[in-house]
Amino acid sequence: MRFRKLVLVALKSIARNKMRSLLTMLGIIIGVGSVITMVALGEGSQKDIEDNVASLGTNLLMVRPGSINSGGVRGGAGTRPSLSMNDVNRLEKNATLLHWVSAEIRANSQVIAGNNNWNTTVTGVAPEYLAIRNYQIASGSFFTDRECKTRAKVAILGKTVADELFPDQDPIGARLRIRNVPFKIIGVLAEKGQSSMGNDQDDIILAPDTTVLFRLSDGKFVNDISASAVSAEQMDAAKAELTALLRSEHHLAADVENDFLVRDQTEIIEIATSVTGTLTMLLSSVAGVSLLVGGIGIMNIMLVSVTERTREIGIRLAIGARPSDILAQFLIEAAILSLIGGLIGILSGLSAAWGIGLLLGVSAVINPTVVSITVLFTGAVGVFFGFYPARKAANLNPIDALRYE
Amino acid sequence: MSTAQISLSRIRKVFSMGDVQVEALGGISLTICSGEFVAIMGSSGSGKSTLMNILGCLDTPTSGSYHFEGVQVEDLNRKQLADLRNTKIGFVFQGFNLLPRTTALENVELPLLYDRHRKNSDPRKSSIAALERVGLGNRLNHEPSQLSGGQQQRVAIARALVTQPSLIFADEPTGNLDSHTTLEVLDLFQKLNRAGLTLIMVTHEPEVAQYASRLVQLRDGQLLKDEAVCTPRDAATDLAENYCRGAA
Repeated sequence: MRFRKLVLVALKSIARNKMRSLLTMLGIIIGVGSVITMVALGEGSQKDIEDNVASLGTNLLMVRPGSINSGGVRGGAGTRPSLSMNDVNRLEKNATLLHWVSAEIRANSQVIAGNNNWNTTVTGVAPEYLAIRNYQIASGSFFTDRECKTRAKVAILGKTVADELFPDQDPIGARLRIRNVPFKIIGVLAEKGQSSMGNDQDDIILAPDTTVLFRLSDGKFVNDISASAVSAEQMDAAKAELTALLRSEHHLAADVENDFLVRDQTEIIEIATSVTGTLTMLLSSVAGVSLLVGGIGIMNIMLVSVTERTREIGIRLAIGARPSDILAQFLIEAAILSLIGGLIGILSGLSAAWGIGLLLGVSAVINPTVVSITVLFTGAVGVFFGFYPARKAANLNPIDALRYE
Repeated sequence: MSTAQISLSRIRKVFSMGDVQVEALGGISLTICSGEFVAIMGSSGSGKSTLMNILGCLDTPTSGSYHFEGVQVEDLNRKQLADLRNTKIGFVFQGFNLLPRTTALENVELPLLYDRHRKNSDPRKSSIAALERVGLGNRLNHEPSQLSGGQQQRVAIARALVTQPSLIFADEPTGNLDSHTTLEVLDLFQKLNRAGLTLIMVTHEPEVAQYASRLVQLRDGQLLKDEAVCTPRDAATDLAENYCRGAA
């Protein structure tokens, strides 16, 4: 009840000097507005980066064969065929921190469909590959474990391959030949675009792992193994577990080097987080400075206001206001001034973020936590910078205040 | 005249201005009973404003003791002084001291906003009643700038009355008013006094002091004269005469 009265009194006095109140709030409005704009755009671009990274695969771990070392001459990565389906099966059976595991057997070949042909890579994978690499099926369906077991001659086309081999035509149900083996097309992948390394992720044909291994390849070796860790936090543990399992499968003694390489996306994620971390630091310092300036503006005007209303304060004290009542009145006024400024700032910040995002093609993400923290913070700024003027008002001597002209 | 409402004994007030010590009040002893209408007179510099501030609990004496309805005032802190002013004392000032751009009703409500003890009463209703009592029942939503000087002073009196104090201090209440509105205000004071309210009025005009029932005169911080007015003038009669003269 009393608090409501005090808020009403404060609102009235703010409304009495509309122009001045607005100018006072301007510092807070600009401060909060720029913070909200930049945070929305910053989070938007962070999300864009994360989406880009995620398009490579979910918590992806990639195993590649090691290099050949013959007489001191070392071959490049992947020159030593050391991975096999046994490794894949071992990981599937024993790994606890891996969500999905899939072999990758690649066969580069000329693919023929009717009058068209196209050179691309046919990759033999498990059904889990779809989830590991974040591919989506655009039409048709993906193959299942049953097709893998039976070495079924079915294929899934990437968008690029589908366009090249079947222009203006639905490829589902059509046939194509890969190294003279006929395949039936059962699905087309949704477009994924270029990877951050620059290769076309849609120039691809997927087929069951065993089909490619035994019908298109040598039947022994696997090019890569892709796996997905259960969560981003468990990446390192999953990597260690995978390494240990493969070493035991390969019967490597403790002092022998790995005959395979494990790579993950940690590097990419680290770069992304360090960029956004720097951005966040920058934004918070800008936020701090602008709110500080806005707060000083409020303190300045509240000091003027206290001087201007010395007589009013004297009257209030004379008729029985306690010093704490006067303190509360001016504190609430400062806080409301600051809060209204903060709210206007949030609204203008959000519309600015939306507009700039539209203009630059960056997504603007509105984070309710940031918005509510900003509201609380501006209130706190008002109380903090309002305290000195309010205390000055509360400590006025009623006699001097009444006589003040 | 019953019990002593106010009793001052050897009240001294010394202001220090740099190295110079100025004694505004030099040991005043005074007793005022409930229901009195006291006029405090004196030229400027006589210490009457200082006395008024101390009596009104706006200031504390340098030495001496002050009892207000049995309460030792010099022992109170700022908070307790504020509560005492709020509940027991009403103030009427020379310059009216109303809040600008605030309606008469809201001005009168103001002391009730700071009243922590009477939670059940209806502030709006009491304020309207106080304004009706001073004859401004039809000016509730006028702001001070829309009211005449006499009307503004009556709003100030209503504000002093609204907390139902036992005592009203009036500091040069007629200083800014013409003779006719002066009489109106004095008439109101006399009516309130007859209804049982103690009134203490500071003035430097002898003709205004004639309407009080007791005259206290100060000079150089000392009591010069303290006497009952045998036959106080009646403001209502003088008002009526004024009207006749105006009509004639």
